[in-house]
Amino acid sequence: MFLVEFLIKNGRAGIDFSSTIGRSGIFLCRSILGLSLGPKGLKLLAKQIYMVGVLSLVIIVVSGLFIGMVLALQGYNILIDYGSEQAIGQMVALTLVRELGPVVTGLLFAGRAGSALTAEIGLMKATEQLSSMEMMGVDPLKRIIAPRLWAGFISMPILAVIFSTVGIFGGLLVGVDWLGVYEGAFWANMQSSVNFQEDVLNGLIKSLVFGLVCTWIAVFQGYDSVPTSEGISIATTKTVVYSSLAVLGLDFLLTAVMFSSI
Amino acid sequence: MYQRTIEAAVGVFMILGFGALMFLAIEVSGLSMSNDSDTYKIYAQFDDLGGLNVRGKVSLAGVPVGKVSAISLDEEAYSALVEMEIDKSVDKLSLDSVASIQTAGLLGEKYVSLSVGGEEEYLKEGDTIFDTQSALNLEKIIGAFASGQVEL
Repeated sequence: MFLVEFLIKNGRAGIDFSSTIGRSGIFLCRSILGLSLGPKGLKLLAKQIYMVGVLSLVIIVVSGLFIGMVLALQGYNILIDYGSEQAIGQMVALTLVRELGPVVTGLLFAGRAGSALTAEIGLMKATEQLSSMEMMGVDPLKRIIAPRLWAGFISMPILAVIFSTVGIFGGLLVGVDWLGVYEGAFWANMQSSVNFQEDVLNGLIKSLVFGLVCTWIAVFQGYDSVPTSEGISIATTKTVVYSSLAVLGLDFLLTAVMFSSI
Repeated sequence: MYQRTIEAAVGVFMILGFGALMFLAIEVSGLSMSNDSDTYKIYAQFDDLGGLNVRGKVSLAGVPVGKVSAISLDEEAYSALVEMEIDKSVDKLSLDSVASIQTAGLLGEKYVSLSVGGEEEYLKEGDTIFDTQSALNLEKIIGAFASGQVEL
């Protein structure tokens, strides 16, 4: 008796889970393909890139600067023991370009832009704006979701690249200007160890993947939320938690695939 | 008007992103715009590479003059065949030049060091350096001392 109840309960959870996955997959395909490239569509896209990307710039630049600075400071304290503090440029650049640039940008992006997307779409659903659009014959997936999804894909790699660049300048500031590492060695070590294809491009691919996953989760959670104030708050929390976990988990997988042979 | 400001901001954002990518490519990873046409290829055979990598430096009197572009195994001679790209500007390497694998610092990376001989003819595209010295193998030297083959 107990066993049957157990099976019923978990079977339902399993079916719910796989139907959510299925719905989100169909949702992703329909919205990605639904982007209209007419002048009207591009205007909507520009507005969303502004909301998602440009407005995230401040937090990205500030955290990039501080992370670069702290990397240089920590690295210096370790490397000075071996008398190889010139390697600081190499350490800061490789850490940022390969790992911290994409990952920290992904986490900040989930918190800054992802939560806003979920809340906005969830509220549209709760106030029945989405259903009234459908009544007027406008597909909300095309009008609302597609520009936001694409804006996320486009913004995330740009933000990650800016993050790494600012971080390297932060490292330069602390390493060279403050701690007195020779600037020529800083750049030379960096250039001889960082490879464009292996490091920069792989970092860019990582950030593209994170951008796709974070925006997908954010937009789908908003679209699929229970249309009450409690439902929206749960959806926003889920967005941040799932996106962060997805970024960290995928980062391990991608690193294992990309950098394992080095 | 509002739409115009947004579009301009997005434009600046994308330009910033592109600029940052260019910075990472050129300043950070040292990707040069020059193509391979201003280099020529020479080859050298070594018995033991001792950890020399593709992209390793080729230097003459300590000045970088090229890089290692490919490493393969010569199956007939059972030795390593190293292909090097040398800058066109360095065109007076005599035919009897010596190539040796050396280490930058005690634990640094391996590189190929060229030293020029006295012959009048110079190495051209596709030529092979015959006079080579393999990498110094610290383990072998220590092993030789430990087994008493070498008197201190």
